[in-house]
Amino acid sequence: MDVRNALEPSSEDAFEKQILDADGLRRALTRIAHEILERNGGSEDLILVGMRSRGVPLAHRLSSLIGQFEGALVPVGELDITMFRDDLELRLTRPAIQPTVIPRDLTGTTVVLVDDVLYTGRTVRAAMDALLSFGRARQIQLAVIVDRGHRELPIRADYVGKNLPTARHELVEVRLREVDGIDEVMLSSHPRSGTNQA
Amino acid sequence: MSNQNNDPIRLATAHGRFLGSVVIRGGRVIDPGQGIDAITDIAVRDGFVDSVGIGIDAPPGAQVIDARGLIVTPGFVDLHTHLREPGFEYRETIATGTAAAAAGGFTTVCAMPNTEPAIDTTAVVDFIRDTARRQGSVRVYVIGAITRGRKGKALADLIELATAGVVAYSDDGDCVTDSALMRNALAYSRTTGRPVVQHAEDRALTTGAQMHEGSVSARLGLAGWPRAAEEIIVARDCELAALTGAHLHVAHVSSAGTLDFIRRARSRGVHVTAEVTPHHLTLTDTLVGGHWWSATASLPAYDTSTKVNPPLRETPDSLAMAAGLRDGVIDCIATDHAPHATTDKHCEYQAAASGISNLETALGSVLAVVHAGGLTLVEAIAALTIRPARVFGLASGTLLPGMAGDVTIFDPDREWCVDPTQFRSKGRNTPLAGHILRGQVIQTIVGGEVICDRSA
Amino acid sequence: MRRKDVLDLDDFTPDELREVLETTAAMKEVLARPIRRVPPLRGKTIVNCFYEASTRTRVSFELAAKNLSADVVNITASGSSVEKGETLIDTTRTLQALGADMVIMRHGASGAPYLVARELDASIINAGDGWHAHPTQALLDLFTVQSRLGSIEGRRVAIVGDILHSRVARSATWGFTTLGAQVVLCAPPTLLPIGFADAVSTGLRAKGISTPCPVTMTHDVDEALRDADVVMALRVQRERMDAGLLPSLREYSREWGITRERIAKARFGALVMHPGPMNEGVEISPEVAYGPQSVIEAQVTNGVAVRMAVMYLLAGGRAGPAV
Repeated sequence: MDVRNALEPSSEDAFEKQILDADGLRRALTRIAHEILERNGGSEDLILVGMRSRGVPLAHRLSSLIGQFEGALVPVGELDITMFRDDLELRLTRPAIQPTVIPRDLTGTTVVLVDDVLYTGRTVRAAMDALLSFGRARQIQLAVIVDRGHRELPIRADYVGKNLPTARHELVEVRLREVDGIDEVMLSSHPRSGTNQA
Repeated sequence: MSNQNNDPIRLATAHGRFLGSVVIRGGRVIDPGQGIDAITDIAVRDGFVDSVGIGIDAPPGAQVIDARGLIVTPGFVDLHTHLREPGFEYRETIATGTAAAAAGGFTTVCAMPNTEPAIDTTAVVDFIRDTARRQGSVRVYVIGAITRGRKGKALADLIELATAGVVAYSDDGDCVTDSALMRNALAYSRTTGRPVVQHAEDRALTTGAQMHEGSVSARLGLAGWPRAAEEIIVARDCELAALTGAHLHVAHVSSAGTLDFIRRARSRGVHVTAEVTPHHLTLTDTLVGGHWWSATASLPAYDTSTKVNPPLRETPDSLAMAAGLRDGVIDCIATDHAPHATTDKHCEYQAAASGISNLETALGSVLAVVHAGGLTLVEAIAALTIRPARVFGLASGTLLPGMAGDVTIFDPDREWCVDPTQFRSKGRNTPLAGHILRGQVIQTIVGGEVICDRSA
Repeated sequence: MRRKDVLDLDDFTPDELREVLETTAAMKEVLARPIRRVPPLRGKTIVNCFYEASTRTRVSFELAAKNLSADVVNITASGSSVEKGETLIDTTRTLQALGADMVIMRHGASGAPYLVARELDASIINAGDGWHAHPTQALLDLFTVQSRLGSIEGRRVAIVGDILHSRVARSATWGFTTLGAQVVLCAPPTLLPIGFADAVSTGLRAKGISTPCPVTMTHDVDEALRDADVVMALRVQRERMDAGLLPSLREYSREWGITRERIAKARFGALVMHPGPMNEGVEISPEVAYGPQSVIEAQVTNGVAVRMAVMYLLAGGRAGPAV
């Protein structure tokens, strides 16, 4: 859990380190759920929109946490931002499009975009662009489990589970029960392999 | 493998009268006209064959050619060549067409009359013969039109044309569809003894047709040219030849069924002869749907180089053509050399002109059948030399002493890649571009003069 | 999908077809949004190049392109230089010089888009060529059947009408058989393309698909409709009578028209399709065309989504480095 330890090994060495375990992740989500309620004065007109792929289960977890605290059902949307990416031109083939499900017109709502890792900010930019097709939200907020820095656009998160300074070649992986069978956040360095796309 | 690019082809334009002298030593001489197949020598003196035999003396001033390891045959004779001049000089001229013939081993070609104007008067016959004498690389015979302007309405002056020198009559490119007119043409042709060459195509069955009617045309959505359209006309014309006692020659047979009609007429004593093209011997309609010759050369679907009339048919048809040559129901191979300009072919399949530029690949294509065991080498050479000469009664196709000294020397195993940009013909339209052919002409000799030489 | 052009479905693998159908589902969702415009083709120029008049197909492609934020230019044969004798190659060179990214082409000559595809760097989508192919129509048929019946594999699809002259029938046959359905082609004997069933069997084998008897051809409409899950009627044109291929539309309608009585021979709940425009009362009776089994209107709606999917999946002709 000590962030400094994670940063100490030289960048050339491959390593893998757990940043959050299941309890840590649960605590982070619980805190974010409270912060969302506090900041918005309740859950009225709130909608959680998970960004594919891991943002979707995270949004559902936040929704049920808020439900436990408030007894109110916060609707969850699922957003695929593929067609709004700014790097489509750079690809040889088109990436597959996953379903987008937005349960209501967003006009007048407060949308909390939910994603696992905030990195360059480009995915969030695409997501905000995509959301505009569904109406004029009163506010769009952003919740992430890990903010790893290296922003390339003027974007910041409203709710952060953990701020994690990283090097570019490092990889932050949020693993979720629903997708990966385990809850944890890992930081790894594979000098020759890719980094987070986000 | 040698590439044609690297070959120094020296193509002389023969201004003289083909009166050279040459001695060819040590080659395997195959002359089916005389039944010769032996390693021996040939001497041509002042344009004519002097003698054939081992160790014969070289005529004075003769060029000596070492043909060891090569096949030496009479110069090839093509009964079906579109030289396009006059009228379509952008597609081919007498000069370029005969240069292509020489490059392909042909020393005699018969010019088809679908020119502009059509060859239906003495004036046009004279023009072609004059031009060929001045600019031609090989000997050119002229085929006259059957009908005036090739319009299929009224007979051309058939006797006048024969007097001017035509060796046969044809409206090739178009079928004489009117049965009465065809009967009259055949009957009238008896006055001159010249054969009537029919392009057999029942136009009512080929309206809009682009290719052979079969599973490939069904798949590609192209209107089909059924075999029956050829067979019906051949069946009818055989009856008309029987009725008139005339000589019918069937051009470019494409359908296996046609052979049955010819065979039956022959057995009744009707004078019917027939020819087949190298492409109908070797290629099929599947090419129209696209084909890979090799890793680097392929034909895409709808490639207009595959468009030809009559169309490429199916494997049983091409096998039947080789069988027909073996058993004699087909007399000879004729190229139907049909050069076209790029613009004639660089368009939609439906808008494209029909035809293949054939003279320079004919030998390689025919030898493919030989290499595959479909014909013997002797049968193939007979079908390119003495047999076509006999069909039109031409004084060529054999190396009997006293005959014209026209000789083709080829290497049956030399591989070369078909590169249409290197063609002597103006027509680069061939589906064989990029294909490796096995067998290439080394020297073509007309009247003792070496017209084409790849021996360097 | 990694290809420059969509010319026909004969060279599509089952996976490629599934990718298009899945993408189409995503595009249908886009069409349901309050603002149905997404940006993946922003800055791209798409040229609708129609040598045959077809308002329906052209508008469908145009809407699809605009929904994907592309700029659309329409070229129609009439009124353009085509009438002044400009050849297809001339037009192609112009399109190349103007920098079109994608060309949607409708042409009366089978194979014409193949010629253009060889000459152009841009992607070509065949919007119908002669009698040969109409791949996006077939894709929307596949999508319509998949979404209504849940599956295509093992289904029996009867196509009734002028098969010989139908690009829709040809492409639909490739599409349905590639996904494991059986297709029965039914027409008067004069309007059946001899050898087409063999051609499809051969083509499928080359793709590694071994459906037994993927295509049968018959002139018996009752046999064609028996146990069919899908019945597609095709337009029959008056010209066919002038060409001597049909005695009369009245006789055609009586012998091959899709009526309520005939539909009863198909499987219960079988879908009724028609690529349009319909000759009601000739190849299909109005009560069937507008009946509960008809999905003809859904075909039109799905057309836009399918075309968006195809346009999205094509790399757009300027493939950059792989990422």
